Amino acid sequence: MALKIDLENCIGCGSCVSACPFGALALNADGKAEVNEACRMCGSCVDACPVGAITLEKEAAAGTDDLASYKGLWVYAEQRDGALHEVVFELLGKGRELASAMGCPLSAVLLGHGVEGLADALFAHGADQVFLVDDPALEKYSSEPYAEAMCALIEKHRPAAILAGATTAGRSFIPRVAVREHTGLTADCTGLAINADGLLEQTRPAFGGNIMAAILCPDHRPQMATVRPKVFAPAPAEEGRKGVLVREELSLAPPVVQVVKTVRALENELNVTQADIVVSGGRGLGKSENFALLRELADALGGAAIGASRAAVDAEWISAFHQVGQTGKTVRPKLYIACGISGQIQHLVGMNSAETIVAINKDPDAPIFDVADIGIVGDLFEVVPALIRALKQG
Amino acid sequence: MHFVVCIKQVPNTTKVRIDPETNTLVRAGVESIVNPFDENALEMALVLKEQNPGSKVTAVCMGPPQAADALKECVARGVDDVILLCDRAVAGSDTWATSYAIAQAVKSLPEPADLLLFGKQAIDGDTAQVGPGVAEHLGLPCITFVRAAKIAEPGRIALERVWEDGWEEIVSPLPAAVTVLKEANVPRLPSLRGKMAAKKLQIPLTTAEAIHADPAKIGLKASPTRVVRIFSPPQKTGGEKWTGLSGEEAGTKLAAALQDRKII
Ligand SMILES: Cc1cc2nc3c(=O)[nH]c(=O)nc-3n(C[C@H](O)[C@H](O)[C@H](O)COP(=O)(O)OP(=O)(O)OC[C@H]3O[C@@H](n4cnc5c(N)ncnc54)[C@H](O)[C@@H]3O)c2cc1C
Ligand SMILES: Cc1cc2nc3c(=O)[nH]c(=O)nc-3n(C[C@H](O)[C@H](O)[C@H](O)COP(=O)(O)OP(=O)(O)OC[C@H]3O[C@@H](n4cnc5c(N)ncnc54)[C@H](O)[C@@H]3O)c2cc1C
Repeated sequence: MALKIDLENCIGCGSCVSACPFGALALNADGKAEVNEACRMCGSCVDACPVGAITLEKEAAAGTDDLASYKGLWVYAEQRDGALHEVVFELLGKGRELASAMGCPLSAVLLGHGVEGLADALFAHGADQVFLVDDPALEKYSSEPYAEAMCALIEKHRPAAILAGATTAGRSFIPRVAVREHTGLTADCTGLAINADGLLEQTRPAFGGNIMAAILCPDHRPQMATVRPKVFAPAPAEEGRKGVLVREELSLAPPVVQVVKTVRALENELNVTQADIVVSGGRGLGKSENFALLRELADALGGAAIGASRAAVDAEWISAFHQVGQTGKTVRPKLYIACGISGQIQHLVGMNSAETIVAINKDPDAPIFDVADIGIVGDLFEVVPALIRALKQG
Repeated sequence: MHFVVCIKQVPNTTKVRIDPETNTLVRAGVESIVNPFDENALEMALVLKEQNPGSKVTAVCMGPPQAADALKECVARGVDDVILLCDRAVAGSDTWATSYAIAQAVKSLPEPADLLLFGKQAIDGDTAQVGPGVAEHLGLPCITFVRAAKIAEPGRIALERVWEDGWEEIVSPLPAAVTVLKEANVPRLPSLRGKMAAKKLQIPLTTAEAIHADPAKIGLKASPTRVVRIFSPPQKTGGEKWTGLSGEEAGTKLAAALQDRKII
């Protein structure tokens, strides 16, 4: 890109000089506008010029200008109703490792209203700096003001890379941010590393988990990725660890999208993504009522979340909030017990990083056995009740 | 009202594998289908049309000439108009460049769109980034992961959007964009009349120039992301497999094994 000033037309009024946020314009000895290397092609002067003497010429296939001026690694500290999403701690864990490799500080971006109190937890888990935008427009999540706030921070502080959780919110507004900042965004990453050129190498599954792709964003900044929850280990907490809190005032416009009502469907139940043990049922359960058997097993295990295959969800035996897999949740519990689930790839991608996988299936050739640490070929209606009895005795 | 649905033609994913010799995707023999989530977006548009008499549904697709089949499928189900953006210049687009091209195609429609509908994600690329990306290029609000939509009052749409742990009722001004979940509806089958109409249809190929796409913003060269390598995911190998035990034996042995391994 290049900024062109038509000296014939320039009237030397100085409007551009005062409009430039970067001090990149001045009037020269002839009283005409002149641009220097501080210019960031933001276009403010183009709009300010009363005679249309300034133009921004876009050249083909240009990357971000002045790549080297983008520094630091950011993590998006997603919060809802004042609670940080667990993925934030995972991002801080991985982020610390990447920041060391990049030789830069690790910062967290906290957006919301009345959420300043969360900064301490971010410092304790490894953030050197927290950028806070506290604004009434961010009280309830909606993509537009969240994107607005993130873009304003990026344009001001120019990070080299940003990681956000591949959560409902992350996958909603981060793509807007990447488009507006004209940079690359890798979706739902399961691997992150710094390569020999200092670039963020992002690995992600595509084609429903059948293939993996390694992706770079060489010429645009920031390099951006959404990261699948439950893939990286959370950063340990170091109580009392301190960092720098940077408050940014933005006076955001109120959201155009109105949230009328919020319903929490899993009020009294463990969420599959958070539980240490997940007991999952598939088509082999046969009917809705048989989920009671799994709930009984969950109790006998001292508390576990109930998961399901899509077949069980499609049959309306259980709500979609319990679905594990490509189009459901990704879980990484200590123990995953799959009952009557065949183990199609779309299910496996959601649970195959569980620490221990137990499968109970009457078909000895079911693909679930390929990933199971303990596979039991048998009828779940015999094995599960016996297991419950044994657990209660033991 | 004008409802515009974005349709991607995708391979039937579960069959896609990597050729270990050439390290490229094996696509031969894989049938192409309308992206499953886009069928739900389409169904939502068709229902909105029925609920709001005098409305029209347009399907927009970017893809190779054979993607015309995907659009014919849409016509068979009741879509009024289609546009197939097909141009070598858009090949290799990542989600940034894809969303720019689709935004330009939407802008080029003779009637402005009141609502843009996308699938939740494409089952091949799997990014879920094109919907919000197009909305950003057009400066529209975008509500993702929607399972219900209704025109509440003129110029406003009432939506249900799903979160990890629940859902929300939302009202958005129009025009707007939504991405649609599978649970939103059950897509209708093509009607006989629709099939006839689709069969006769000749779908012209629209070029990038025709939608006034800036050549610097389309295709591989305009794509910030670079796929540098593809490979098969590491296979987790199975552990023990217990066969021939009675239910009682297996249950008892499992409880003991979980305790031995200190899992519980
Ligand atoms: C784009 C796309 C996305 C998808 N996303 C997901 C997703 O997110 N999650 C998901 O789970 N699926 C998903 N699927 C669907 C997936 O392909 C499978 O269809 C689904 O996982 C099958 O569920 P299931 O294993 O319960 O059923 P089935 O494949 O029918 O398996 C049932 C199993 O139960 C066993 N069984 C029956 N009776 C008994 C008994 N009494 N005791 C023991 N075992 C018994 C059978 O041997 C069989 O193996 C997706 C598919 C597509 C195309
Ligand atoms: C292995 C692999 C990994 C990739 N990873 C990334 C990545 O991380 N980041 C990135 O920017 N690009 C990536 N790409 C490129 C990306 O797949 C393409 O840009 C693709 O055109 C759009 O992305 P998607 O398939 O993920 O669509 P999604 O964003 O998942 O599609 C969402 C919805 O947008 C609409 N839509 C999408 N494509 C079209 C179309 N062609 N015509 C009409 N409507 C459409 C549909 O309604 C669809 O349901 C990758 C490509 C490959 C082969």
